[in-house]
Amino acid sequence: MKKILILSTAIAGLAAVAASAEEINVMSWGGAYTKSQVEAYGKPFTKETGIKVNWIDADNPATPIKAQVEAGNVSIDVADVEYSDAVRLCDEGLLEEIDHAMLPPAPDGTPAEEDFIPGALTDCGVANIVWSTVVAYNKENVDGAPQSIADFFDTEKFPGKRGLRKSAKANLEMALMADGVPADQVYDLLNTPEGVERAFRKLDTIKDDIVWWEAGAQPPQLLADGEVVMSTAYNGRIFNAAVSEGQPLEIMWDGQILDFDLFVIPKGAPNKENAMKFVAFATDTKRLADQASWISYGPARKSSSALVGKFMDGKTDMGPHMPTAPENMKNALVNDYEFWVDHDAELNERFNAWLAQ
Amino acid sequence: MTKELPADPHVAVVATAGGVEDGPLTMADGTSLKSAMARAQFRARLRAFLLVLPLLAFVVITFIMPIGELLKRSVYSPNFHDNMPNLVAWFAKHPPGTEPDESAYAALVADLRLLKKTKKAGLVGTRVNYELPGSRSLFTKGARKAKKLEPPYREALLKLDPKWGDPALWQVMRAAASPYTMNFYLAALDLKRDPSGKIVPVEENRRIYKMLFARTLALSLLITFLTLILAYPIAHLLATLPLSKSNLLMILVLLPFWTSLLVRTTSWMVLLQSQGVINDALVALGIIGDDGRIQMMYNKTGTVIAMTHILLPFMVLPLYSVMRTINPSYVRAARNLGATSWTAFRRIYFPQTVPGIGAGALLVFILAVGYYITPALVGGSDGTLISNLIAFHIQKSLNWSLAAALAALLLTGILILYWLYDKLVGIDNLKLG
Repeated sequence: MKKILILSTAIAGLAAVAASAEEINVMSWGGAYTKSQVEAYGKPFTKETGIKVNWIDADNPATPIKAQVEAGNVSIDVADVEYSDAVRLCDEGLLEEIDHAMLPPAPDGTPAEEDFIPGALTDCGVANIVWSTVVAYNKENVDGAPQSIADFFDTEKFPGKRGLRKSAKANLEMALMADGVPADQVYDLLNTPEGVERAFRKLDTIKDDIVWWEAGAQPPQLLADGEVVMSTAYNGRIFNAAVSEGQPLEIMWDGQILDFDLFVIPKGAPNKENAMKFVAFATDTKRLADQASWISYGPARKSSSALVGKFMDGKTDMGPHMPTAPENMKNALVNDYEFWVDHDAELNERFNAWLAQ
Repeated sequence: MTKELPADPHVAVVATAGGVEDGPLTMADGTSLKSAMARAQFRARLRAFLLVLPLLAFVVITFIMPIGELLKRSVYSPNFHDNMPNLVAWFAKHPPGTEPDESAYAALVADLRLLKKTKKAGLVGTRVNYELPGSRSLFTKGARKAKKLEPPYREALLKLDPKWGDPALWQVMRAAASPYTMNFYLAALDLKRDPSGKIVPVEENRRIYKMLFARTLALSLLITFLTLILAYPIAHLLATLPLSKSNLLMILVLLPFWTSLLVRTTSWMVLLQSQGVINDALVALGIIGDDGRIQMMYNKTGTVIAMTHILLPFMVLPLYSVMRTINPSYVRAARNLGATSWTAFRRIYFPQTVPGIGAGALLVFILAVGYYITPALVGGSDGTLISNLIAFHIQKSLNWSLAAALAALLLTGILILYWLYDKLVGIDNLKLG
């Protein structure tokens, strides 16, 4: 296996051959999201330090890390990964530890450890954004406006196809919330066999009406095409489709599931020093606030919220579009990474079996 | 004089050529003919071998070795064995069935402390989690807190988490202590070991792989059959038309063949989706109502339609190359002798095309069994195949061992079918062109 990995990563590594000491390779999710990072982090970083940033796209940047570290041929310096992946990769010894003391304090002097939202710092990762899985709908295809997560599962009141991500994560939580479980009890219930049963039973009620999506760019497309009338989606993608492209898409915030994206440094990163510099630079108060003017993901620092201004079109106020805005948080669930690290394999197996039946 | 006859020189030559009594034949320089022949043949064989060496090395390095390494992964999973030396030693000393005593828990705590230092708690936890879901954090948490644990370790660990006393956990740890395991193959066949070590089927709502293997087989056979039905007349037309026209038709067959697979699949999506071209046309023509749009995608139908189209050239080309070589005068002769056109086709034409059918069917079937992108894009939930689950375990769940076991089973299945095919049809009957 090692040999194939070496072969395959050698190809991926070709991109990094040119990387001298004054370059770093950052792997992220592509599309509007990477663009926001290029503008808010990459360009100012190069301007200030002279270090060039090469951006690489991946469907999920956590996946190549395992392959690269196991093959001993790491070409990525910094990767942007989901919370449970950051924890899992760190536990498996595939990531460098990041000293929280090197992160710059807030402008008012609050140390970084206190300035970040609780949970945003882990041994190996520093969060940059808060994103959210939400229900979005196409205004032109839905009669009236869905008000609650229960409406998403109600095909009598709102007939039509639903788009859901092809994975157990988020779907099970939303199913329970739609079944009337308060957000703060969702994971306790999912920890029991009855809870899992109940979630699948709720999913059963709309199974025949579901179109499954896998990449973040799909839901806006499915909604715009009229292939589905409602879909779960990443809030930033819907925002960009609605505001930048003028699609008639709307987000329903009830029952949203919040999650962090974190910067991590793979073990054996070729430019570790500069990678650390980049992570510290990109997650300071101003850069995090800047990113929010390119895409509607919330900054992971409390001190950044006050600085979040307008979208790059100069007229849309970003505040209400943030998943962390108080009026959007009325019925929100924070993703429990430990639950998913533990049960990911088991529940996805069950989910796949359920799907194939 | 007559008694001297054997001295006749011709007789002598004959006797020597027989080589029975007069020793081996020799070359002009005195070396034996046999060894000279062997040397010459060896040189020829060496030359031939050197000529194929680059290809052989290429195949070994890029094909056989990776497949071998992958297959090894399906039975070799050393993460627990390598990182838990104390507990592995305890298991080695105590036969299966021994209740874990204080010395076992002491070994476990020593290993957890080691895990904290080596940062391999996640690897070990993941290995155990494959077989006992929900136990991963047991190890990561245990490693984090192992430093503070005091003897007696049994009580200390159980206080930390009562799951540490679970007999199922100890059964799984004992199994994981050996770097070699067949459990991934069990999982790939919807089986597992219960705490006493007996092999039992998994719960009904988790069974998936056997059903997917069966579905993959059934859909592949269906697709092979459909491509044959569609390709046979096309290939016949191509083979019988005058060259100028058949070349034009051939381009129509090859054009999609040269187009990217993704482009072809996404064009089918445009055609088939419920707001797509076909449904729109049917609605516009008033054949179906706007709310009666036919679901042709994200299900088996979509997979079958798209894959049949994509694999069609692999059936047309072998059929065509065989049909071109069939002499039309045979069929004419049969008609001349009074056969109906159906009999002439059945008795004369069709048997001659069998090698092409065999080649095309084998090609299409083997490609279909391993197909991945098209079912992933248009298959939805009930149109996915076993290859999609293999991809899932490689890319998402990162359970490479299970993926390897599934792939090994698929490979074995194909080899068995190939063997059956060889027995029934004969592989030398195959004609690719």
